[in-house]
Amino acid sequence: MASILPLQLSHVRLAIGTTIVAEDFTLALAAGDPTIVVGANGSGKSTLLRLCHGLAIPTGGTIAWARDPKGQQAMVFQRPSMLRRSALANVAYGLKLRGMPREMRTAIARDRLCRVGLEAIADRPARVLSGGEQARVALARAWALDPQILFLDEPTASLDPAATRALEDILRAMADEGTKIVMTTHNLGQARRLGADIVFLHRGRVLEHAPVERFFRSPGTPEAAAYLAGELPW
Amino acid sequence: MAIFGDAFATAFSLLFGGDRQLFGIVALSLQVSLAATLIAAAIGLPIGAALALARFPGRQTIVVILNALMGLPPVVVGLVVYLLLSRAGPLGSLGLLFTPGAMVVAQTVLIAPILAALARQTLEDAWAEHCDQLRSLGASLMQSAATLLWDTRYALVTVVLAGFGRAAAEVGAVIIVGGNIAGVTRTMTTAIALETSKGDLGLALALGIVLLSVVLAVNAAASWLKSMSVRRYG
Repeated sequence: MASILPLQLSHVRLAIGTTIVAEDFTLALAAGDPTIVVGANGSGKSTLLRLCHGLAIPTGGTIAWARDPKGQQAMVFQRPSMLRRSALANVAYGLKLRGMPREMRTAIARDRLCRVGLEAIADRPARVLSGGEQARVALARAWALDPQILFLDEPTASLDPAATRALEDILRAMADEGTKIVMTTHNLGQARRLGADIVFLHRGRVLEHAPVERFFRSPGTPEAAAYLAGELPW
Repeated sequence: MAIFGDAFATAFSLLFGGDRQLFGIVALSLQVSLAATLIAAAIGLPIGAALALARFPGRQTIVVILNALMGLPPVVVGLVVYLLLSRAGPLGSLGLLFTPGAMVVAQTVLIAPILAALARQTLEDAWAEHCDQLRSLGASLMQSAATLLWDTRYALVTVVLAGFGRAAAEVGAVIIVGGNIAGVTRTMTTAIALETSKGDLGLALALGIVLLSVVLAVNAAASWLKSMSVRRYG
């Protein structure tokens, strides 16, 4: 399948009313290893993902894919929303929207639930699952679409260390199979573990985009250095 | 206060004495109100969904009007439907006036705005919760509406039953367009009004007790359904 990457953002701006939530996002995302987006609260991490994913329309600048990304991208939200149906049906739902026959989509959904370790609870109602389980269902739901690029907005923000590890393992497996991972996090340890390159946002701007080792060893801007000094290191 | 005791005795003997006339009245009431509720649901729920999901100029105005229509006085609805269905009216050729059909029309007009307004509120809350996720999965507005109608089905049953309660309990509209003809268009509420004006307060109160029982049973069913769904689906 032809790749929709690289994704090129040029001077992307987003103003909601009089509030500017994105000042200048200029960034290229290439296929390959995971990209981790870091920055303080309000720096525009979620906005960047929403713009890339097409949930927010920029008020300025351009977002260009190598080819039409329709149906080739997926997103996992910080607070996954679950429909009032089984975990399996939630995972299969995206495929149902695409008109895939029931047996085929159920088989795929079951496979993805297995791969996130949830085969045992496939038939339980999704909304009564624990936070960690819902996070994995959300990941399985995105995975079922076999996206070329997967955006994740702080997927482990409310998870305990074990659940966080489980999620990271799944993401690594997906990355190994060729899915481009673009994830925001406040967890710098996680950024090191998962990321190949780091995008640092500050007040609605992309201030740095560097390989992970270089970013942590010698950040190129005083803002990034201050951010790294201020964040807790785990 | 002896009249209440007598009324309960009368109600009891009517109900369990197998009074054919009473059963005819109760059956007609339920038929008319059930038919009106079904038609109003078929009209009101899609309108509520459209208002909840779509964004268009004038939407807020329509929402305000719809909310105001929830307080529509039944006698006014009765009068308007009467004028429309009367021999000289635009729909006079249908010959519906003073038939159960006219009563169904009047009650439908009365409760369709209630169902639409309450459904809009329910679906708007659900849309706020699922909007990003559904758009991310590529759901069209129509697909989202269908999904959310199904996802909020238990809350919507409560909405529909509220409409049914309103229809079954109103007297102003059915008495005008139905005419309270014995054996043809006499419902519980119109019979109560008639018996009261005739001075047969015991029979009126007995009918009132039957009506209250029906409304109570409907509400009990609604609350049971709701708590069951919360237990099961979260």
